[in-house]
Amino acid sequence: MKKPLFLLGPNTNLKFLFFAVFSVVLMLLNQYAPWMKTVRSGLSTLVHPIQVLVDSPVRGTSWAAENLKTRRQLLEDNRKIHEQNRRLHTRLLQQQALEAENERLRELLHSSRRLPQSFIAARLLAVDMNPFRQEVAIDKGSRDGITVGMAFVDANGVMGQVIRVHPFHSDGMLISDPAHALPIQVLRNGLRSIAVGTGRTDGLSLLYLPVNADIQEGDTLVTSGLGRRFPPDYPVAIVETVERKPGAPFATIKAYPLAALDRSREILLVSYSTDNTDSNATEPSPDIEPRESQPNP
Amino acid sequence: MTHPPRKTAIYLTMAAALMLTILPLPEWAAPYRPEWLALVVLYWTMALPKVVNIASAWVLGIIMDLLTGSLLGQHALGLIVLSLITIHLHQQLRNFPIWQQSLVIAIIIAIYLGLILWIEGLQGRAPDTWLYWAPVLSSLLLWPWIFVLLREIRRQYVTGSRH
Repeated sequence: MKKPLFLLGPNTNLKFLFFAVFSVVLMLLNQYAPWMKTVRSGLSTLVHPIQVLVDSPVRGTSWAAENLKTRRQLLEDNRKIHEQNRRLHTRLLQQQALEAENERLRELLHSSRRLPQSFIAARLLAVDMNPFRQEVAIDKGSRDGITVGMAFVDANGVMGQVIRVHPFHSDGMLISDPAHALPIQVLRNGLRSIAVGTGRTDGLSLLYLPVNADIQEGDTLVTSGLGRRFPPDYPVAIVETVERKPGAPFATIKAYPLAALDRSREILLVSYSTDNTDSNATEPSPDIEPRESQPNP
Repeated sequence: MTHPPRKTAIYLTMAAALMLTILPLPEWAAPYRPEWLALVVLYWTMALPKVVNIASAWVLGIIMDLLTGSLLGQHALGLIVLSLITIHLHQQLRNFPIWQQSLVIAIIIAIYLGLILWIEGLQGRAPDTWLYWAPVLSSLLLWPWIFVLLREIRRQYVTGSRH
């Protein structure tokens, strides 16, 4: 048997050149052409089974954990949930009164109405994306009414926003991504700032606050709604350290996010229409499930 | 005369590499994840450059871009460069002792990562930590095992003439 010494002729280099040019064109299109988003979401759906397959052990164990519970555990859980539901419901009753009052006061002041919000419950897929970006995969897509720019929250605070939507799943960016900026305000005094991700799930940093700004350790930060993406007044983070160097123009402020960015799997997507003509107000559904880890007195 | 290679096993190893690429790891371990896909493409390009070459590397790169949410074409470009280098070196690589092979492969993976870092930098999103290069080390340490494993798979299921 005679084996040729050079298995591959010069067409390898040609092939390389062709694919290299094609890759560069694709990258440019992906960056600048809006229609490429549709192509991308179609292709993403084709490879989605790989994500589902990787996610399946986690889904399987949680399914097993749910199904292998004893009757006593179930009864106990049921009792707890009922109690929690009753408590939350009572709080909601008061909140409705407060909401009505707020509405009346706003009308007296001739200020704008609060915008309606609606929620979609979803789950994060147990897959890793780029380790140097804080991105996650969400198990619902455009078919379930998800759109780009929707904010998502867990039971404790804001987690991030949707950046790419595919038919059956979508990709979200966490608030801790270095490319993410979130308009916030201090709950105590309404001081506004921007919370930027640091690339670590346990830290955000606040930008453009002068050294003499009225902010202190332990302050709660909430969304201000100024970016028109995130609904206002959702808790975001707690101020951890405030460093004021007399020479520097701005204070160095670090805050840790309230949402369990690296642990939460159950999320709620908040759709928040900034369109004022939209009058069919969707009531915040009362069946928001609190996380089990919440203190149960 | 050897019969044409059966490709099912090759595809299965590639699918496994893609799954390992997105398998969730604890946060501290995630930066050290070996470049599974690059290693698998490297092996098959080295062993069977007629079957696995530029075209298959490109397709796998696109799949990886879709799975990791990076710019479409980024990993594809990285993998075809890796594949081209391997095709040109495959005769030497096959004859190197395993430690020398590992070193060359670490260099090829560093080139691949460097290219991807450069593209991320063009988008203004380059990670500014030395941990970015950690996969070079983990891939280097993993190569001998990958090599032995894939060689067995190749002999048993791909090019083996025995039934």
